Amino acid sequence: METLASYSPALPEIALAIGAMALLMLGVFREDTARNGVSVGWLSVVLMAVVALLVGWGGAERVELFDGAYVSDAFSRFAKILILAAAAASLILGFGYFERAKIMKFEIPVVVLLSTIGMFMMVSANDLISLYLGLELMSLALYVLAAVRRDSLRSSESGLKYFVLGALSSGMLLYGASLIYGFTGTTSFTALAEALKDGSGAQNVGLVVGLVFLLVGLAFKISAVPFHMWTPDVYEGAPTPVTAFFAGAPKVAAVALLLRVLHDAFPGMLFQWQQIIVFLSVASMLLGSFAAIGQTSIKRLLAFSSIANVGFILIGLAAGTEYGVSSVLIYLAIYVVMTLGSFAVVLAMRRKDEMDETIQSLAGLSQTNLPMAVAFAALLFSMAGIPPLAGFFAKFYVFDAAIKAGLTPLVIVGALASVVGAFYYLRVVKIMFFDEPADKFSPAEPGVRWVMGLSAALVIFYVVYPLPLLDAANAAARALVP
Amino acid sequence: MIITTQPILSIITFLPLVGAIFIATLPKAAANNARWVALWTTIVTFFVSLLIWVNFDTSTPAFQFVEEYAWLGPIKYKMGVDGISMLFVILTTFLMPLCVLASWQSIEERVKEYMIAFLVLETLMIGVFCALDLVLFYLFFEGGLIPMFLIIGVWGGPRRVYASFKFFLYTLLGSLLMLIAILAIYGYAGTTDIPALLTTTRLPPDMQFWLWLAFFASFAVKMPMWPVHTWLPDAHVEAPTAGSVILAAILLKMGGYGFLRFSVPMFPLATEQLAPLVFALSVIAIIYTSLVAFVQEDMKKLIAYSSVAHMGFVTMGIFTVTTQGVDGAIFQMLSHGIVSAALFLCVGVVYDRMHTREIAAYGGLADRMPIYAACFMVFTMANVGLPGTSGFVGEFLTLLGAFKVNTWVAFSATFGVILSACYALYLYRAVMFGSLDKPALKLLPDLSTREIAVLAPLVLLTVVLGFYPAPILDVTAVSVKNLVAQYEAAIAGASQAATLP
Repeated sequence: METLASYSPALPEIALAIGAMALLMLGVFREDTARNGVSVGWLSVVLMAVVALLVGWGGAERVELFDGAYVSDAFSRFAKILILAAAAASLILGFGYFERAKIMKFEIPVVVLLSTIGMFMMVSANDLISLYLGLELMSLALYVLAAVRRDSLRSSESGLKYFVLGALSSGMLLYGASLIYGFTGTTSFTALAEALKDGSGAQNVGLVVGLVFLLVGLAFKISAVPFHMWTPDVYEGAPTPVTAFFAGAPKVAAVALLLRVLHDAFPGMLFQWQQIIVFLSVASMLLGSFAAIGQTSIKRLLAFSSIANVGFILIGLAAGTEYGVSSVLIYLAIYVVMTLGSFAVVLAMRRKDEMDETIQSLAGLSQTNLPMAVAFAALLFSMAGIPPLAGFFAKFYVFDAAIKAGLTPLVIVGALASVVGAFYYLRVVKIMFFDEPADKFSPAEPGVRWVMGLSAALVIFYVVYPLPLLDAANAAARALVP
Repeated sequence: MIITTQPILSIITFLPLVGAIFIATLPKAAANNARWVALWTTIVTFFVSLLIWVNFDTSTPAFQFVEEYAWLGPIKYKMGVDGISMLFVILTTFLMPLCVLASWQSIEERVKEYMIAFLVLETLMIGVFCALDLVLFYLFFEGGLIPMFLIIGVWGGPRRVYASFKFFLYTLLGSLLMLIAILAIYGYAGTTDIPALLTTTRLPPDMQFWLWLAFFASFAVKMPMWPVHTWLPDAHVEAPTAGSVILAAILLKMGGYGFLRFSVPMFPLATEQLAPLVFALSVIAIIYTSLVAFVQEDMKKLIAYSSVAHMGFVTMGIFTVTTQGVDGAIFQMLSHGIVSAALFLCVGVVYDRMHTREIAAYGGLADRMPIYAACFMVFTMANVGLPGTSGFVGEFLTLLGAFKVNTWVAFSATFGVILSACYALYLYRAVMFGSLDKPALKLLPDLSTREIAVLAPLVLLTVVLGFYPAPILDVTAVSVKNLVAQYEAAIAGASQAATLP
C-alpha cells in the first residue's frame, strides 16, 4: 500500500506543479501590469531555487515510482539542477526585455515553469509513455513562448514554424514508440533492456525501424542535423530571452532523455544506434560550423553554434560508455553556462530601446565597453575550445571518451570542425577588438550584467577547480550505466 | 640556499599573472603606471627565475623542483624542469623585461590591455616549459594563442587581421591533432604524467608512427618548418616589435622543445623511421628560405625568413639524436632567441623613428647612428654564425652532429651558412652603409638610453656565449646524454626484438 510519503522522490515535480498553479492564480487575481509580471517572475525564480533544494535534498539513490514509469537517481538529479539553473537564468535575463517590449505578462514565467515540469518528467522518464508526456508538456509550452510577441510577425512566424515541425517530429516519435511497443510488448525501459539483452533486437527489423523513428523525434528536439532546419529561424524570430531559454534548458532535457533511452532501454542495440548517433554528430558539427561562417545576425550565429555544439555532445553519446555519459554531462553543464552568457551579451546589445542584433554592431566594443568585450571574448574562445577556458575541458572529455571507445575518426572530424568553428568565433572577437568602435550600447540592466559576469567568470576560472563538476558527472553517469 | 621544496616554478609561472591582475585593477588613464608595474613584474620574475639556475643540479638528468597537486582526477598539476627546459624558462623571463621596455613608447594606445596581454602570455610561455603533464602542457601551449592573437590583431600593422587569423588557425589545426595524439597516449598508457611516460611506457611501433605524425603536425607548424612556415612572415611583419620578439625568441622554440621533450624520447622508433623526412624538410628550409630571405624588401620579413632557415638547423640537429646535434640544437635555439629578438628590436628602433620597414627607405645610417650600427653589426654577425658569436656554436654543433649521421645532409646544410651571410650582409649594407642622401634620415637621433638598456644585455650575451658557451652546455649536457642514451637503447631493443625468432 502506497503512502503519501512514498511519493517524496517526486516532490520536486509536485512542488513545481503546485507552485506554478499558485502563481497563475496569484497573477490572475492581481492587476495586469508589468510589475505584476515581474513579481510573478521573481517568485518563479524563488520557487525554482526551492525546488533545486528539494532536488538536492532528495538523495542520489535510484527510486522508481508509478509502476516504474518515473525514476529518480543521481543522473536525473544532475540534469534537473542544470535545467533549473538554465531556466532561472533565462527568466532573469528576460525581465528588462519584456518590460521594454511591453509584454511582461505574468503568464510568461508560469509557462516557463510548466515547461520546466515537462523537462523534469523527461529526465525522470523510465517509460515510453512518460517520455512522451514530458516531451509534449515541454514542447507545448515552448511553442507558446516562441510566439509570445503577438504583435511581431517574426515571433508569430517562428512560433508557427516550431509548432508545425515539432508536431511532425512528435508524430515520428510516437510512431517509433508504437513500433517498439508492437515488437517487444512493453514500453518500460527496464523491461525493454531486459528483453533486448540477448542481442535479439538487431535481427528485428521492425524494432530497428522503431528505434530510428524514436531517434529522429529526439534529434529534432536537440536540433541535430538533418533535423535542425527550424533552429536558426526560431532562434532568430523568438524574443531573445526566449531564445536563451530554448538554447539552454530544453537542450539539457532532450540530451538527458536521449542518454537515458539509449543507455537504459537499448544498451543491447548499441551497435545499431551508435551508427546513427555518429552520423548525426558528424553532420551537425560540419554543417553547424560551416553554415555559421556566413551569418550576419548574432542570434543566427549562436543558433548554428548550438547546432555544432550538439554535434560535439553527440560524440560523447556515440561512445556508448559510462565515461561517455559523464563527458556529455560535463559538456552540457559548460555549454549551458556559455550559451546563457552569450545570450546575456546579445540582450545587452541595445541602443536606446532598439535591440541591434547584427554582429557588426559589436564593432570596437573593447573600446566602448571593455568588461563586456572581455566577457564575450572569453565565452567565444571557450566555445571555440581554446584552453584554459572551460569549453576546452568540455571538448577534451567528449574526445577522450570517444577515443577510449575506439572512435578516433569521429574525433578527427570533430577536431577539424572545431578549427572551422574557431574561425567564426574569432571573427566576432576580431570585430569587437580590432575594428573601429561603433556607438556605445545603452547600459544593460543588472540581471543581464550578473548573468554575463557570472558565466564569464565560471568559464575563465573553471580551470582552477574542475573537480566538483567531474565528480558530480561521474556519479550521475554511474547511476545511468550500471 | 636550498629551495627545492618550495613551489618555485609555480611562483615564477604565475607571478606575471598576478602582475596582470594588478594592472587590470588600475584606473583606465594610468598608462604609465601599467608600464611600470609590467616592468617591475617581469624584472622580479627574472630574478626569481635565476634562483632555479643557481640551485640547479647539473649532475642529474632527472626533473628538478618538481611540484605535484591534485587537479583533474587522474590528471595532475605537475611542474618541473630538467637540463633541456630550464634554460628556456630563463630565456623567457630574461626577454620579457626587454620587451616591456621596447614597447615603452611605441605602444601608445590601450597600454593597460597591452601589458596585461603580455604578462598573461609570459605566464603561459613559462608554463609550457615547466609542465610535466601532457594535458597541462597542452593547456599552456594552446592558451598562448589567445594573447598572441590579440597582440597581433589589436596593436599590429595594416594587414594585422589577416596575419592574426592565419597565425591562430594554422597553429590551432596542428595543435588539435596533437591533442588527439595526447588522448590516444592517455588511453593507451592510462597516464599523462610526462616523467612516467618517458621512463616506463613503451608504445607499439605502429602507434608511435601515427602519434609522431600528430605531434609533428603541431610542432612543425610552431617551429615553423617548410612548407607550413607561411604564417610566420605575415605574423612577424604585422605584429608590434615586442610581439615579433616574443614570437621569434620564445614561441618558435616551443616547437623545438616539443620535439626534444616528446617526439624523440616517446616515439624513438618512429623518430628513427621518419628522421630522413625531417632532414629533407630541414635542408629545404635552410636553403629555400635563405634564398627567399634574400629577395625581401621588408626588414622584418627578411629576418622572419632567416628565422625559418635557422630553425632548419635546429630540427636537423635534434633529429640526428647525437649528443653534438642535440646540444647544438638547444644552443642554437637559445642563441637564436637572443639574436633574432635583438634583430627585431633593432628593426623596431628605426621603425619607431621612420614608421617604415622597407629596406629601400634606409641607407647610410652608420653616419647618423654609430652606436646603433655597432649593435646591429654584432647581431648581424651572430645571425651569420661568425665564430666568436653565439650563432656559431649552435650551427657548428648541429652540422657536426649531422655530419656523423648523414654527410649529404650536412653538406647541403652548409650552403645555408653561406646564404645567411649573403642576406644578412646585404641587409646590413643596404641599411647602414652607402651615402646618407635621404633627407628624412638626416635628422635621426642615435639610440636613447632606454634603447641602449634594451640592446646592451643582448650584445653582451651574444659575444660572451660565443666565446664561452660552457654555462649553457654544462646545464644541458647530462640531460642530453641521457636522452641520446635512452633513444639508442630503445632502437637497439627494437632491432634485437626484431631479429629474435
